[in-house]
Amino acid sequence: MATLEIDALEVRIGAAGLKVLEDVTLRVEPGEVLGIVGESGSGKSMLALAIMELLPGVARYAGGTLRWDGEDMIAAGPDAWRKRRGRDLAMIFQEPMTALNPVHRVGRQVEEVLVRRRGMSRDAARREAQALFQRVEIPRAAAMLDAYPHEMSGGMRQRVMIAMALATHARLLIADEPTTALDVTVQSQILGLLRDLRRDTGMSMLFITHDLGVIAEMADRVAVLYAGRVAETAPVREIFDSARHPYTRALLSAIPKTSGPRERLASIPGSVPALDAFPTGCRFAPRCAMRRDACDARAPRLRDATAGHAVACIEPFGYVSDEDGP
Amino acid sequence: MTSASPVRDLGLRLLRNRSFAVGGGLIFAVLLIALTADWLAPFDPLRNAFRMRLQPPGAAHWFGTDHYGRDILSRVMYGTRISLLIGGLVVVVTGALGTVIGAVAGFYSRLDAPIMRLMDATMAFPSIVLAMIVSAVLGASVVNVVVALSIATIPHTARIVRASVLVAREHDYVEAARALGAGDLRILFRHVLINCLGPLIVRLTYVFAIAILAEATLSFVGAGPPPPAPSLGSIIAQGRDFMREAAWITIFPGLTILVCVLGLNLLGDGLRDVLDPRSRS
Repeated sequence: MATLEIDALEVRIGAAGLKVLEDVTLRVEPGEVLGIVGESGSGKSMLALAIMELLPGVARYAGGTLRWDGEDMIAAGPDAWRKRRGRDLAMIFQEPMTALNPVHRVGRQVEEVLVRRRGMSRDAARREAQALFQRVEIPRAAAMLDAYPHEMSGGMRQRVMIAMALATHARLLIADEPTTALDVTVQSQILGLLRDLRRDTGMSMLFITHDLGVIAEMADRVAVLYAGRVAETAPVREIFDSARHPYTRALLSAIPKTSGPRERLASIPGSVPALDAFPTGCRFAPRCAMRRDACDARAPRLRDATAGHAVACIEPFGYVSDEDGP
Repeated sequence: MTSASPVRDLGLRLLRNRSFAVGGGLIFAVLLIALTADWLAPFDPLRNAFRMRLQPPGAAHWFGTDHYGRDILSRVMYGTRISLLIGGLVVVVTGALGTVIGAVAGFYSRLDAPIMRLMDATMAFPSIVLAMIVSAVLGASVVNVVVALSIATIPHTARIVRASVLVAREHDYVEAARALGAGDLRILFRHVLINCLGPLIVRLTYVFAIAILAEATLSFVGAGPPPPAPSLGSIIAQGRDFMREAAWITIFPGLTILVCVLGLNLLGDGLRDVLDPRSRS
C-alpha cells in the first residue's frame, strides 16, 4: 500500500475560492523519494502544507482525497491529523534561521519531541538527542545541545531541524526547499545527509524544490507542478531523458550549461499566471511554444504516456483530447 | 561559545540602562522601607497622642504629626506597605487575567472580535470612574479595591498581549512546532506567550504605577480601604482639612506616591528600551 495517496486534491483560497491546487494526484510509496518541482507560485509549498494540514487560515480543502495508509485524512479531521504529525509525518522548512524557537536551547527542542512523541524519560531523551546530533553530523554534539539557535550557523540549524524530524521516527519527511537558504557547499552536505538517512531509515520523502539539479540528486520519481496542477510525473531518469510536457522540456532547457559553447540562457517567456487569471484551458498554453487552439478548450487530464509516466498535455498524444479518444 | 545565556546577557544590558538602574533603585528602597516598617517606624501609626497634635516636622517627628497626634513618618511607612500590596496584587491579577484573555483573543481568531469588543467597551469608561463604581458597589476593602483596579487595567493589558500573540504566532517556529504535532496549548505557552513576555512585563510596571496612583485617588474620595488602616491616599485625604495649618500631613505621603510612580515609570522605560529591539539604539 502506498504511504501517501493524493487523489484529485483541490485547495481553494479566500472568499473568491481561487484554486491554488487543482486535480492534484500523487502517490508516495514506502521508502520512495518523490521530488516536487515547480516555479514560484506553482503551488508546491501549498501542497506540502495541505499534506500536513497546516494550510493557512484563508485556504481550505475543496475536493479530492488525501490518504495515509489508506485512511482518508480530510474526512478523519484535524485530530487524526495532529496524531500523525510528529509521529508518521515530519517536515523541515526552507528557512532554518527562523524555524527554531530563539528562546529555547536546541537540545531542549529536540528532547521535547522525544519526550512528547516517543514517551521517553528526560534522561533517555537527552542521550537520544545527543545520538541524533551525532547522527546528523553536528560537531561536538554534547556541547551543542546547550546552544541557543542564534549561536549556530544556518547549516547547523538545518541539521537540528533534521534531527528533530528524525526524533519523530516519521515514515514520511516533507522537505520544503530545505537547502535553498544555504550556501552551495553546505547544501551538498545536507543533501548527502538526507540521502544517507533515507537509506538507513527507509523513510519516504517528499522533496520540494525549484532546483532540478537537487531533484536529479535526490528523487526517485518527479512530479512537475505548474499553476496548481500536475503537469507531468515520471521516474527521475525519464524526466531528464524524455520529458513529454512542453513545460518540463522548457524547464530543462533553462538549466545553465557549464560545458560547450557559451549561448544565451534559455528562459520561458512570461510568468506563472496569477491565481485569479488562470486560463480556462491548459494553464501553460499562453506561454507554450506548442500551443494549438485545442489547448484553450479545456485543461488536459493527466494520462499515462508510458507505464509510470503521465503527462497533462495533448501534444504527446497528437493533440487528441482524452475526451475524443476511444 | 555556548555559555552566553540570553538571561545573563539581558541582566547586563539592564544594569547598564540608566533609567532602569535609577527606577529600580528607588523602588527597591521604597520596598525595603515598607517591608521593614515594623522595625523602622518610630511610632505606632494608629496611636493617638493628643498632646502632640499637628506638630511640624522636627527631631522627634521627622514628617510631623496629624490632628490626632499620629506620627506621619510611621503612617507613611505603613501606608506605603498597603499601597504597594494593592499595587502588587493588581499586577498579579491583571497579569494573569489580561494574559489569558489577550492570548485567547489573539490565538483563536473566532473569539477575537467578541472578546476585544467587550474589552473596548470596558475601556470606554474612564478607568478611575469605573474603579469608583466597582468599589462603591462592592464596598470599600483592600480586596475590592484590587478587584476594581484590576477590572480597570485588564482591557489595555489584554490588548497588548493580543497584539504580541498575533505577531508571535506567525513565526516559522510555531508552524514547525505544529508540524511536529504540538497541540494548541503547548504552542501557546511554550512558543507564543514566552515571546510576548517583554511587552507584558513593561506594561505591568506601568500597571503597578497606575494602581498606586488610582488607589490613592480612591482613598482620597473615600472609596479606598477603610480607616484606620493608613494608605497613602487616605492620609492625604485626612490632611486635606489642615492644608493651611499643617501642609506636611499631605506633602509627605504625596511625595512618597511621587517617588513610587516615578521609580516604576523609570523602571518600565528602562525595561522597554532593553526588551524592545526596535527602540534599541
